[in-house]
Amino acid sequence: MIIKGKAWKFPDHIDTDLIIPARYLNTSDPEELARHCMEDYDATFIKKMSRGDIIVAGKNFGCGSSREHAPLALKAAGVSAVIAKSFARIFFRNAINIGLPIFEAEEAAEEGLTGDQLEVDTREGIIKNLSQDKVYQINPLPEFIQSIIALGGLKEYVQEELKRREKDVQYGEKKEL
Amino acid sequence: MVGKTIVEKILSAHTTTSNFKIGDILKARVDFAFANDITGPLAIKYFQETGARGVFDKRRIGLIPDHFTPNKDIKSAEQCKLLREFAREEGIENYFEVGKMGIEHALLPEKGLVLPGDLVVGADSHTDTSGALGALAIGVGSTDLAAIMALGEVWLRVPPTLKFVYSGKLNKWVGGKDLILYTISLIGVEGANYRVMEFTGEAIRSLSMDNRFTMCNMAIEAGAKTGIIEPDEITLEYLRGRAVRPYQVYKSDPDASYEKIIEIEVSKIEPQVAFPHLPEKSKPISKVGEVKIDQAVIGSCTNGRIEDLRIAAQILKGQQVHPEVRLIIIPATPEVYREALREGLLEIFTSAGAVVSTPTCGPCLGGHMGVLAAGEKAISTTNRNFVGRMGHPQSEVYLASPAVAAASALAGRIVSPEEVI
Ligand code: SF4
Repeated sequence: MIIKGKAWKFPDHIDTDLIIPARYLNTSDPEELARHCMEDYDATFIKKMSRGDIIVAGKNFGCGSSREHAPLALKAAGVSAVIAKSFARIFFRNAINIGLPIFEAEEAAEEGLTGDQLEVDTREGIIKNLSQDKVYQINPLPEFIQSIIALGGLKEYVQEELKRREKDVQYGEKKEL
Repeated sequence: MVGKTIVEKILSAHTTTSNFKIGDILKARVDFAFANDITGPLAIKYFQETGARGVFDKRRIGLIPDHFTPNKDIKSAEQCKLLREFAREEGIENYFEVGKMGIEHALLPEKGLVLPGDLVVGADSHTDTSGALGALAIGVGSTDLAAIMALGEVWLRVPPTLKFVYSGKLNKWVGGKDLILYTISLIGVEGANYRVMEFTGEAIRSLSMDNRFTMCNMAIEAGAKTGIIEPDEITLEYLRGRAVRPYQVYKSDPDASYEKIIEIEVSKIEPQVAFPHLPEKSKPISKVGEVKIDQAVIGSCTNGRIEDLRIAAQILKGQQVHPEVRLIIIPATPEVYREALREGLLEIFTSAGAVVSTPTCGPCLGGHMGVLAAGEKAISTTNRNFVGRMGHPQSEVYLASPAVAAASALAGRIVSPEEVI
């Protein structure tokens, strides 16, 4: 998968309350959540950004509560990927489980600036900053993680995987992991 | 070739990916997965939405209604009903009804359902407790658990390991709880983010299983992915007659590579008390000062095992709980309860003026069986003292060992066991 978009830069320690304030947690409607995405950090963010844009952030992105609403809000707002120096552990899991591509890339996150054109090749593990003419090598996402993201989340992945296994059983080659 | 840590060895045995390194993401086979009455219902809903036609293995899933049980209100009754019906429909063997139910992290090891070398995944943050058996035990969310119930697999990031080496001899009244509170105060509540905490050294090898469970239980309080202790003779002895299936013992190689090695001399550690509102705010008992308490709680997945109750009984025997204190004692499992009954501990507790509850999480998360009012203070053997954890947002929780909690219940303020015995 190739992800292309314009960068929006955020600092270290963007917590889940900044991503989606707790006062909006009475809904899990993604569209509603998207409207308030990053509101307490920058109330104009959601108006300025366009679908497909990429968030570039510092350390510990997504720290705070374990709410899945945070990556959901970003995804529904149209954020196509998050590149950060590091992620909070639970946010990392939640993001992948709901199908939001995220990448830990220290240098790319350090040097990327708001407005830069970025391109991520998830298969090869390459981040290009086209505006600065720089290329960064990262750990490519394993294939099954890519398929979780491509299918839209872990639940959808499980559905597909179950179908695949059923076929294998039909053809008499029950594959173990 | 460099050696491997116990965690790397367990991961290798559960994945087809070879030559993985720290930070890589793997798909791994799960030996045992479980959920409780809070996380289970959501996991069941997601599981059903995947259209799975059955769980991956009826013997390798645990459903344990331990948080708000016996049902504290209608909502929790509905949650438990969902769990019970799902267990029946799917033929899940390890569903534990009230009466057989104990706190998940105490119950599963006791039943021999989680074993050394296992990859254990639970939809609860204190899943790390089973690391004391030399299992890789990791807490996840409800979506993850649904996927595991369907596929028997989980995705994991390979974590780095911090090695904690404890040397020296423990002081009187100092146990696993004090060691872990001290360690958390040393590295902070984010000190082990993403990482595994491997506990080792002569002081660990001298600890009983119950004390080891207490230590691994609180690794998450330093942000760790899990805690782990290599199996030894004490582990194997504990498992004799318990283990429901064969298991594999792994040990770290002497030349395994660690992100950091932290050496701790235990002879300088006093009984610890963690002040509100973070587990890292631990002080030695001699520096606590005057803290009056309204309630003392002895129980939870951290300290509700038989040895914890024995220590409490040793202090409470023949004495009376302070007139201004409620002492609530909660054996973690029915087996612990029965053993305490056999040994006469329940007699000692109730004669001292304590109340003994049926096994449940109860007040640990402010659920029931001892919720605090505004302005009240409790000393508790649980694992979290966040704002409002045991009740009103203006109540306070001090974390300590069963010995300190029992002594404080007698004195009406936080004291060392030395002061009352
Ligand atoms: S006893 Fe407390 S920490 Fe342990 S599982 Fe129950 S609520 Fe969680």
